[in-house]
Amino acid sequence: MSTTRPGTPGPPPSSRPDPPDFPAFPRAAHQAVRDRTLRGNLRHATHTIRAKRAKAVAEVSDWAALREAGKQIKDHTLRHLDRYLEQVEETVTAAGGTVHWAVDAEEANRIVADLVKETGQREVVKVKSMATQEIGLNEALEAEGIRAYETDLAELIVQLGKDRPSHILVPAIHRNRGEIRDIFRSEMGKWGRPAPEGLTDRPAELAEAARLHLREKFLRAKVGISGANFVVAETGTLVVVESEGNGRMCLTLPETLISVVGIEKIVPTWRDLEVFLQTLPRSSTAERMNPYTSMWTGTTDGDGPSAFHLVLLDNGRTDTLADEVGRQALRCIRCSACLNVCPVYERAGGHAYGSVYPGPIGAILSPQLRGTASEIDASLPYASSLCGACYEVCPVAIDIPEVLVHLRERVAQGGPATRGGNKVVLRPAKGHTAERAVMRAARWALARPGVLRGGQRFVSRTRRFHPRSLPGPGRAWTGTRDLPAVPAEPFRDWWQRTHGGKEGPR
Amino acid sequence: MNGKERILARVRRALADVPRDDRPYAQAVRRDYLRQHDERGAEDLVDLLAENLADYRAVVHRCGAGELPGLIAHLLGERGAKSVLVPPGLDETWLADTDVRRVADRPESTPHELDRVDSVLTGCALAVAETGTIVLDGSPDQGRRRISLIPDHHICVVRVPDQVVPSVPQALERLVPGRPLTWISGPSATSDIELDRVEGVHGPRTLEVVLMSG
Repeated sequence: MSTTRPGTPGPPPSSRPDPPDFPAFPRAAHQAVRDRTLRGNLRHATHTIRAKRAKAVAEVSDWAALREAGKQIKDHTLRHLDRYLEQVEETVTAAGGTVHWAVDAEEANRIVADLVKETGQREVVKVKSMATQEIGLNEALEAEGIRAYETDLAELIVQLGKDRPSHILVPAIHRNRGEIRDIFRSEMGKWGRPAPEGLTDRPAELAEAARLHLREKFLRAKVGISGANFVVAETGTLVVVESEGNGRMCLTLPETLISVVGIEKIVPTWRDLEVFLQTLPRSSTAERMNPYTSMWTGTTDGDGPSAFHLVLLDNGRTDTLADEVGRQALRCIRCSACLNVCPVYERAGGHAYGSVYPGPIGAILSPQLRGTASEIDASLPYASSLCGACYEVCPVAIDIPEVLVHLRERVAQGGPATRGGNKVVLRPAKGHTAERAVMRAARWALARPGVLRGGQRFVSRTRRFHPRSLPGPGRAWTGTRDLPAVPAEPFRDWWQRTHGGKEGPR
Repeated sequence: MNGKERILARVRRALADVPRDDRPYAQAVRRDYLRQHDERGAEDLVDLLAENLADYRAVVHRCGAGELPGLIAHLLGERGAKSVLVPPGLDETWLADTDVRRVADRPESTPHELDRVDSVLTGCALAVAETGTIVLDGSPDQGRRRISLIPDHHICVVRVPDQVVPSVPQALERLVPGRPLTWISGPSATSDIELDRVEGVHGPRTLEVVLMSG
């Protein structure tokens, strides 16, 4: 655990929810990899989508150019984020919407709860949204006596199963069809219309059960809550990309629509959508185009909600923006392609990441949005083999391995960071004392040729007595690998004796 | 300080290291991707549209203008539809050959009333060949967004080749951002069960697209 102290005087950090209380990644993953059902479910799902994505991407010959343009659009927006945020407020307001600003989760939840209460309603329908998951909106509304119904099929499975999401696109990816049928049978009746008699585990029947269960909720809903995939600064247009039609229901049937959107979702111009509407569906569900995309600008007379509220959410994003290396994580368009190719995600599953953002992107996003103070967040930068598959598939070219290594440095070494808008100096994390001691010893020895030579000879001559594993704090490292064998003769001695291998026995 | 001032101040502090860049936005992004992927002529584009629509399980029909009323009557009859939602500006001749009950798209209809209507017939703003997408923009021949959502059966008429564009970039050029837009690519679907695509969740489970020429 690292602790922080203010580096410069400033206002006290705003109140944040308690740091997440999840076990460190290695411990959570240790349990997950022993769950054979979970591993089977994940393997099946990720391999299915991997192959399909590759095919969908191969269909467009200019993929590399689209990827580069997407990266540049997002980088430009982030570099001028203050200007574009103000422009969004102007254009959305001009189109009949109301803009709210939320510094953290608590503020956002308060704003939304108050807006719902003003309508006099006690229930809301929700479109799948990462931002509202991140801030724990459903729980906050529940505490105010407001019931939030998730309407995305996978979110519904998670909500009914009192479960946690484990994937950005398909939060119930860890469930197979049989488990889903069991949840529907036992839980649907408690929330509304029960599952049909004799429900089987055929996906089409399960989808039909969800249709029937949610229909009554859509038709009577007066308040809808959504996120957004994009907000166009130039026009004030919001975009939601979806498949099932639950998004369209929530965006058009209620009288009041509240959209909670992270400040990094902005694109400057209408034209910019031409890039992301080509890269997002192909990266996400591996489709040429997803079944439904809704675009709305403020309110329209006689069509859709008569009141529209946009809540712009910071919640750690400006802290992330302050990090020169880490800020590229804010380019993310939440496609989940990096999860689907990740060998660590495939085996550990999404829950081990202790966040609504699992997988490689979660490993760099959560410790930046939440800081590295908790056990789970300090362990996430290490939840990777640095193989780089995530970077390869990322449609906005986020160099995830680069950010992972950068965050590892921050955890092990400490140093300057921004938390709650304030510059702080992080202390090195405690669990890395041995690592730092080894590095200090290495630095000392490598700067002294005599010491290095003497040490190498000593190690070579004592090789027969070397253990296969390390004692003490090194045990964790050799727990999954043997200590490498030391050669009989140090390299530099061999080089001198044989003149670089040109003479003498090798 | 209010929320807005605090967030903007944080953004500005966070970007203190970033050198100023006053290039106009048009020069900030290199757009050397393609405006369209398929260089075929208008007729072939219609074929591509039909192919991609069908690939995502939309039912595609082709007809000449004179055959449209007969085809619409046939599709509604085949479906067993008793009622059909009609946008205010729809060409009435499209329904000339059927006596299925017309339901007007009125602001005071409740969602529950719309839920009892069997089918909906609309035009569209345009169609995108490369992705098999139709786009509705709330024009009088398409009506409010909810009418093409609640009924389980949607018939959409595309005037070909005029309303067909090759690609997403060219579709965005032709659309008006201020209008409520719905992009539709096949019937409602989900990939939420084991990441396998299943058609038919909350939106219309049957989408029939009529490509009308002439």
